[in-house]
Parts: sequence; structure tokens; C-alpha cells
Amino acid sequence: MTQLDYVAPTSADEAAAALAAGGGAARALAGGTDLLVQLRSRRLKPGLIVDLKRIPGAIGVREENGDFVVGAATPGAVIGEHEALAKAWPGVVEAARLIGSTQIQGRASMAGNLCNASPAADSAPALIAARAICVIVGPAGRRAAPAEAIATGPGRTSLALGEFVFEIRLPARPARSADAYLRFIPRTEMDIAVVGAGVNLTLDGDGAVVDARVALGAVGPTVIVAEAAAAALIGGRLDEATLARLDEAARAACRPIGDKRGTAEYRTKIAGVLARRAAVIAYARAKARAGEDA
Amino acid sequence: MTDVLDRPDAKAGLKVVGTRPVRPDGADKVTGRAAFGADFAMPGMLVGKIKRSPHAHARIVSIDTKKARALIGVKAVVTAADFPDLASEEYEAGEGAANMRDLSLNCMAREKVLYDGHAVAAVAATSTAIADQALDLIEVKYEVLPHVIDVEAAMAPDAPLLHAHLFTEGLEARPDKPSNIASRNQLARGDLDAGFLVADVIVEGRYTTAAVHQGYIEPHACVAAFGADGQCQVWSSSQGQFMVRTYCAKVLGLESSDIRVTPAEIGGGFGGKTTVYLEPLALALSRQAGAPVKMVMTREEVFRATGPTSGAVIEVKLAAKADGTLVAADVVLKYQAGAFPGSPVGPGSMTALACYDVPNFRVTGFDVVTNSPKVAAYRAPGAPISAFGVESAIDELALKLGMDPIALRMKNAVRDGVKAAYGPTFRYIGYVETLEAIQNHPHYRAPLGPNQGRGVAVGFWFNVGGESTAAVNIGEDGTATVITGNPDIGGSRVSMAMMAAEVLGLPVEKVRPIVADTASIGFSMLTGGSRTTFATGMAVTQAAQKIVADLERRAAQIWEVAADNVDWLDGAAVCLDAAKAVPDLTLASLAAQSARTGGPIGAQVSLTAQGAGPGFGAHICDVEVDPETGHVTVLRYTAAQDVGRAIHPAYVEGQIQGGVAQGIGWALNEEYVFDRDGRMENAGFLDYRVPVASDLPMIEPIIVEVANPRHPFGAKGVGEVPIVPPLAAVANAVRAAIGVRMTDLPLSPPKIRAAIDAR
Amino acid sequence: MTRTHVSATVNGDPAEFLSDPGTTLLDALRDELGLTGAKEGCGSGDCGACSVIVDGRLVCACLMLAAEAEGRRIETIEGMADGSTLHPLQRQFLEHAALQCGFCTPGMLVATKALLDANPDPTESETRYWLAGNLCRCTGYDKVIRAVMDAAAELRQVRV
Repeated sequence: MTQLDYVAPTSADEAAAALAAGGGAARALAGGTDLLVQLRSRRLKPGLIVDLKRIPGAIGVREENGDFVVGAATPGAVIGEHEALAKAWPGVVEAARLIGSTQIQGRASMAGNLCNASPAADSAPALIAARAICVIVGPAGRRAAPAEAIATGPGRTSLALGEFVFEIRLPARPARSADAYLRFIPRTEMDIAVVGAGVNLTLDGDGAVVDARVALGAVGPTVIVAEAAAAALIGGRLDEATLARLDEAARAACRPIGDKRGTAEYRTKIAGVLARRAAVIAYARAKARAGEDA
Repeated sequence: MTDVLDRPDAKAGLKVVGTRPVRPDGADKVTGRAAFGADFAMPGMLVGKIKRSPHAHARIVSIDTKKARALIGVKAVVTAADFPDLASEEYEAGEGAANMRDLSLNCMAREKVLYDGHAVAAVAATSTAIADQALDLIEVKYEVLPHVIDVEAAMAPDAPLLHAHLFTEGLEARPDKPSNIASRNQLARGDLDAGFLVADVIVEGRYTTAAVHQGYIEPHACVAAFGADGQCQVWSSSQGQFMVRTYCAKVLGLESSDIRVTPAEIGGGFGGKTTVYLEPLALALSRQAGAPVKMVMTREEVFRATGPTSGAVIEVKLAAKADGTLVAADVVLKYQAGAFPGSPVGPGSMTALACYDVPNFRVTGFDVVTNSPKVAAYRAPGAPISAFGVESAIDELALKLGMDPIALRMKNAVRDGVKAAYGPTFRYIGYVETLEAIQNHPHYRAPLGPNQGRGVAVGFWFNVGGESTAAVNIGEDGTATVITGNPDIGGSRVSMAMMAAEVLGLPVEKVRPIVADTASIGFSMLTGGSRTTFATGMAVTQAAQKIVADLERRAAQIWEVAADNVDWLDGAAVCLDAAKAVPDLTLASLAAQSARTGGPIGAQVSLTAQGAGPGFGAHICDVEVDPETGHVTVLRYTAAQDVGRAIHPAYVEGQIQGGVAQGIGWALNEEYVFDRDGRMENAGFLDYRVPVASDLPMIEPIIVEVANPRHPFGAKGVGEVPIVPPLAAVANAVRAAIGVRMTDLPLSPPKIRAAIDAR
Repeated sequence: MTRTHVSATVNGDPAEFLSDPGTTLLDALRDELGLTGAKEGCGSGDCGACSVIVDGRLVCACLMLAAEAEGRRIETIEGMADGSTLHPLQRQFLEHAALQCGFCTPGMLVATKALLDANPDPTESETRYWLAGNLCRCTGYDKVIRAVMDAAAELRQVRV
């Protein structure tokens, strides 16, 4: 019989040690909404499950020098209840809230979503657009990495043996900034994103975009940071011509596959549509925040 | 809550039928106490698991079970070698006939596997983990063969052949070589060529549908115990305990009387539980292990190895005069059967033109085997598929003629006295009434916004009768027990209790309905074909009527009057002989003195119910299409249906709403997706997309009641009609919204966006 | 393989059981504690038939290890009625005929209870999205939604 053990360490270092000792057969458990499905279907036969939820700080959102720090196992429902976070990073919060059903929201975390390394992970484009930083704990100590550095391909991550994402930090941001995330699914709920688009904008005092970041999900092996799409937004106020350029640049950045969830051609078209729609929402939010600050 | 287009005169005097009491099994179902298939356990029970083929089509070279048998904790391993090699034999269980040899081979592959997920071996072990490990230790060598899943590809002369001895039936001459076309059927009348010659307008189209699954939420489950004396017990979730008994007896070569099947509560079936997959294997494992065996499918197994219904091609050519009068119809249907013959192309053909009075027509149906799971009945088997083609074509014809789509249907509607396309002459049908109901409904005239469209479609189902048994027993306090042999899949217990209560004059709370095991009640065909309320309800009613006659006789005996001087009124015997001046005798008082009037009061009726009234439905659907993403939102849905008489209107509405929801799923998102090797790619509820609560609007049912005189209360079957129109109603609404006719289901967003881009 | 000893509170009462490390909470509830009200419809968190409430959060019991339940407060369908008095949601489901086969019903009821605990006055749309993870194949959801809305109204009356 395959030996399987479960441990629930109460410190991050203990968890890293357990994961390292477990070797390749060890798996970190945050919300478990991906891990348990793999376990149940016998696609994955781990030897050790290291539950992160008993580590202080693993569940919860806190503010630290203007940054928001989200614990590795913080479920979507808890993220959604943090009003200051939702106000500062509405796109990240809506992305986290889109992962699965109400039941999944009671468990699923953004760190788990990132580390599962699905190209379609809903929170990934939003976190990457937001320039989120992951705090990684491992046997050699702590290090920081940008959110886009975690997934290296479908189901593959840059995490070394024994490492796990312990926190996600969302940086302090200028006023007149906002983000938005949209995904397309065939139903209204319960589906994996066919395409996801995160847009993060900062405006100047006159309403022109001075900083933009566009991240696209499910149109490549990992989330695509569409730099030309972001560049198309800079200096503009999201008039029709700007949005058309954004749409075109977003489409040009796509390298999708065709699969059971959508053809490559369709995914590319939708990436343009969603980038455009998300930019409009983010822009309106940024304007509204600028208005509040004034 | 609902518009009930009723006829008060016909309902006069009914006190229970037509009301909405709480179902007697309700409390157990809202408190988690009801025992479904997987909830039953026995001491010493083992876990049974199935080894399944990873190939869509392969010859089994060898199966080595030695290592699995040697594993500690493994108590039994079975393969096809443990089952008799049956001869071909048809058996009619209630919703289409089944071939016993095919059934056996579908339960356990012999020589060849015919689809991804086909069972090749089964084990019983002391735990799930050990059983899973034993499956990994079974070594099966395959010689992989080319496979074919697409229905037209399977019909091609050079297609990979599933069965070397399958020769097409229904042709003028027996073909000289085998093929995947199991049969061809044809219905025809009049002169087709002449019809097309006199036409002013002709429309022609080719439509396709994907294989879809019934999608019941409860996976198949059973517990089987094979006794040392050969006496077997089975507890399982199915649409018919007698079907399970017969099929197990056939597959295992046992006698029916040696098998007692107890029906568990059933967590949905929709036709998909009208056959067996697990029960014969569990019995075989139990026989070998000498202990009870429990088997429960995973959701993945449900998708890969049970159901679904056919993917199909529907070719429709319609011809009409300028005033809309249909003059000719030519329909060709090609249905996937899955691994063994038996697609629902027969009923698909018979229902295709059932709503239309057309003088010249031909319907040709092909039943085609493919390397996919053997299809099982799914709610009005075959009818939604042919209706999708015909109702889309009718919509196209209305556009071409510039006619209102309801008016066009009304002009060509079948009515009483019309000879149906499938043969019999219609009587007591309520089709025109359902058309009028939607025509007069405010929904049909409600304004639409941009990117919105409205579609109309109609549908038909035969409804069936057949063999049923019911017993009614009166307790010493005058309460009643109603015993039937039909699993309650959606509230039939309460309908049975209501019909008995109506006849006996009791409040429904005084009637307890139970669903009995195969040893405790006489034979009944399974719950399917929309037959239970009609046929079993008829048996219940007649049993209750026998009791009333007996009670009248007993009262007459007590009063010393002639039996025809006693009447039964509101639950009591009334003496019609004024000279006697005796108080009425209630059921309770008659029950209390039963010992002196002939003993216990009870009656059983076994019958073959005939005269099931056919059912018609007419639906209106509004959608909005996002032109950039191709996403379709169903905004509003109204469904009128003739139900004869609604015994329990709330459950009738529920059947209509549930059927519509399944039809919307079929239209928009549900489909089997196979990879290049013929393996199902979406065997789970994540990517097999049934409608979720936020996908649907409220679904407004309109109950039309044109009574069926062949049923004591006028009932017709209800459950199947509502899934027939939605495929076309949705597609016609999308046509109206985007201006493009969509012919390939499901209407998934990529297809709609591509159609918009191409317009 | 070491079996883990788990102590939790189930429907207000202390419960203890042994679990294998890979055993889900759903299997522990059904097989160890005999609470078969939570159903397995998919085993992958897609159908909601195994919905339970853990420390106030609605979750799928099939997506949680039994070992994770140590010290947690678990509410299942079996704890919803007050003795033989049905919860207003249970009663409204019966009165509305909001169940046909009844298999999804326990999960649906637990999920709606969590909804009304969090939001006593949900709109139809909020209710539909909250319940999107509870598949029902029989009813088309119409009567379910009506039952929830009426139960919510009834509970608001009680609170006033």
C-alpha cells in the first residue's frame, strides 16, 4: 500500500522541514480544493500532506506599512470580507471570489490557486497585474518572488523542494489607481476560465493613464503579461481608438491552445474583448477613487 | 402560482386530486434520513470496484488476475469468465426492449472492449484502498483497434467494425456484409414527390446534436448479498426493482425467485437507471467472496460507462403551400447507439412529425453502433433530437413564409380524429389547447431588447401504460396503506396516496404509500415512459375501488339491506334505504368490525394499463446573446403542457420545469467531448456543464387539462414531454437574436461567436 | 499508515473517530459517524451534495480531509431540525415541492441555511449565485429558489 501521512505543523519553518523531509512525494495543503480532487481521483498519490492552516498567519489578511498581506491558506470568502483590501484591490478580490462555488470559496486560497499552476487560475492574472509579491518559505529560509515567477508551465512551479508560498503581499499603491479582473466561462458559475484578463491602472490628475499592467490567463502555458497591451493604454483616456489598440495588442500577445474549453481562435478573440472590458472597469474605478480622494 | 386552464365541470367533486399536499416521504428527504443507494450498509460488507478499459476499441488478449487475487484483503475477482455467455434474447422492461446478450457484454466485456470505460474485471476487498490497489494489479493486455465515434463516420463503408456479425436490419434485402448500421426503420405515407411538386416553399436543413448524459446527481450504487443457499438479496437505486431482478437473473443464469431486490430511494434517473451496470457484478463478487458486496460508482465512471443518449444527425426537408399548409416532409435520422444496437431512433422517428398533419411524408431512421458507452433511455428517448431538427425547420419555414410561428403550427396541428404520423388516430389530445395557451400568454407579446430573441417550439411524447400491481390494505383504525412496485423518482408516492384517498374518501394523511421489494408486491414494469401515475395510479385506483365495493357489501351485511342500497360518500357507507334510518358507517367503524364482516380489508390489482393519453407541449423561450463572447442567457421561459389531469399540480409543474432545465442544458452547454483516442475528456461536472441555479430564470409552467377518459381521474403522463421542445425553442430564440440559424448543438459560445463573425 | 484520532464537534455534540490520512470528511461523516445525509455526487466539489458548515463556513465535505476537522465545529443536515420540529427552510422545501428525487436536498438545505445566516434578505439573483455550487437535475431550481425566498421572509418575521 502507498503510505500516506498527514501533518499539521504550527510554524512555517516546521512546515518547510516536513515538506523537505517528505521529498517529491510531499504536498502542501492550503484550501485543498485542487489537492483533494487529485488525491480522490488517484491522479496524485502523495506520501505526505503538510497542512499549512495551523500556522499562525496562514489564514487572514493584514495591513503592513500600506501593503496588504494575505496568508497562504486564506479562503476566498475571508478575502472578500476584508473591506479595505476590496477597496484598494477590487480586481484581485473579485478574481479570488470567482474561484469556484460558495463551498469552494470557504476553502480555496490564492496561494493554492497560484501554486496549482493552472494557466486558467482566476487569481493569477489579477495578482500578476497587481505586481503581487509571494513570500516563499523553504528549508533555506525566506525569499520573495513576483507572482508571475511561481508558475513555469501547466502544473509546474519554480518552487524548490521544501518550499511553499506562505504569504502574498499586495504593495501600497498610488491614489487614482484601480484594477479589475474578468473571465469568460460558458455558464454563469462553476467553470474554469476559458480566458481571464486582469488590468491594473494608475491615472494622473487629468485622468490620463500613467501606468498600466495587463495580464491574460488561459491563453498560454502561463499567465501572459501583455506589455504592448499595457503600452497601448498609457497616456490615453480609454477612448474607442485606445480600446481598439488594446484589444489588438492583447490578441497579439496570446499563444493559446485549443481544447475542450475553447478553440485557440476563440480564446484569442475573447482575450481582446475581456482586456477591453476589464480596462473600462478599472478606469472607471480609478476615476471614482480619484474623485473620493479629491 | 400557475395558470391552470382547467375545466371546473370535470373536477367537480374531487377533494384530494388537484390539491398540493406535502409528500409523505418528504420529512425523511429534508432531514437527510432517506436512504439512497449508497446509504445502505451490511455487517461484513466488502467494497467492490471495477477495472475499466482505457481504450475506445481493443481486443482483449489476456487478463491476468493472479497478483490481484494474492493481495491481502482481496476476497473476489471476476471477469467475463465468471458469467454465462448468453444467447441473443430481447426483453421488454418498460422503456424499450433490451438484448440480454448485449446487456451482459456491457456489464462485463468479453473478447473486445468497445468504449473507454468498458468494464473488464471487478474486485471485492476489505477496503476501498485495497480494492483500488487490486485494480492496479490486474494485468490486461489489449490489441488496440481503430475506433469510430462520429455517427456518420461509423456508417461509412470503410469504418472500423464494432461487431463482425452485425448485419443491417430493415433493408429490402439482407446486406452481404456486416456494418455498424444495426437497423434502418422507415415511416411513410402519401406521395412524397407529388407533395414536393405542389409546394410553394421548401426548406431544407441538416442539424446535429452531441451525446448528452442524463446527469442524475446520485451515482449508481448497490449492495448485493449472495447467500450460501443461492438466495440473493440486492439493495439498489434503480428505476425498477423488477427490472433489476430480471436482468440479474438473466446475466447470472439464476432464477428470478432466488433474487429479492429492495429499491433504495433513487437520486434521479431520467431513464438512465432503467438498466443494470453494477448489480450483476456485485452478486458475482458476493458469490465468490461469501460476503455482501457494496459497489458505488464515481462520477467519472457514471459519465464514462453509463447513459448517455445519442449524438445524432437530423436531415429535414419540409414543403408548404404559400398559406402555410404543409404538403410534404422528408426526415432522415442517424443516431449513435453506443457500443451495442438500441439507440432511441425508433421513438425519435415516430415522434418527429407527431405534432403535424402532413399528407406526404417519409421518416428514415438509422441505428448506428459507435465506440462510446451504450446509450440508455433519457427522458422522452429520441424525441428531443428529432424535434430539434423538425422544429428548427418549421421555424425556418415560418420565416420564409413570413408567418407567425405559432400560427403556422396551429394551421398544421394534429387534432382529435387525425391519424398520427406514427400510426394510430389521435383522440382526446390537447395540442391545440397548448398552442392557444402560449399564444394568449403575455410572454408572447412582451417587448424584447437589443441582442434578444424569442423562439417557439412544440413537442410530443406517447406516454405509456403497461403492467402494474398495487395493493391497498386497511388498518384496524380505518387508515390505509398503498403498496406499489414503482420507485418514487419525483413524488409519485404522494400521487398514489392522493388517488387512493380520493376513492376511499380519506384525508391523504391517512393513506401511507410504500414502495415494496420484489417479494412483497406483484410485478410492475419500471418507473419510466411517464407511466407510473397513469398505469400504477390506475392499479391503485382500482384496488381502492374494490375496497369500496367490499365496504359497501359489509355495510349492507351489517344493515341487512341489499348491497345496491349502500353508497360510499366522503369516507363512509350511507344507507339509501330510508326505512332503515341508520347512521352512516365510517371506514374506521367498518374496519373495527371487519372480523365479523369477512375478515381483513384489502385488495390487490394487477393490470396492463392501456389508453395512455399522448402528451403535447408548447414552449416560448427568450434569450439574450452577448455578440462579442457568444454567450447566451435564457431570460424567460414559458411552457404549456396538456397533462390530462394534474393529480398533484406542484409536482406536475416540477416535472415541466425540470424537463425544460435539462433541455436548456442540452441546447447550450452539455456534450460528450472525446479526445483523439476516443477517451472522454470531460467526465465530471466541472466540464460536463449541466445548468446551475444562476444559469436559469424562473420557468413558468402552464398546466393544460384535457382529460384522458381512459384514466380514472383523467391523467396523462407528464415527465417526458417537457424536455422535447427546449432544444429548438432555444435555438430558434438564438436565431431571432443573431439572425443566423444555428444547426449544431450545443450552442456553445465559440460556435455562436463564429456564426456572428461570419454573418 | 497511521490512523489519526480526530475530535470535533458535530451538530453541537462531541464526536471522535479514527481516520486514515487520505480519508475525506465526507467519508468520515458517512462511514465512521453514520451521518449519511451528506451525499457524494461527484467527489470533486462540483455538485454540492456533500455541503456541510465548518466553523461557520460552507464547504464541500468531499474536499476536506477528516484529519483537518480536529477541533472544528461541524454542522450537517442531521442537525438542522430542532428535534422533530423542522427548520423553516425544511418546511418550505416540502410545502413548495422544492425536491423531486431528494438527493441534492440535504446539501441544498445546508447551503441555503449558510446563506440565510449570512444574508437574511437575499435577492433572487444572490440566492441563485450562492447556490450555483449545488446542482439539482430534477427541479430546474424554480421551486427551490421560491422556497428559499419564502423561508427567508419567514425567518425575518421571526427575528422581528
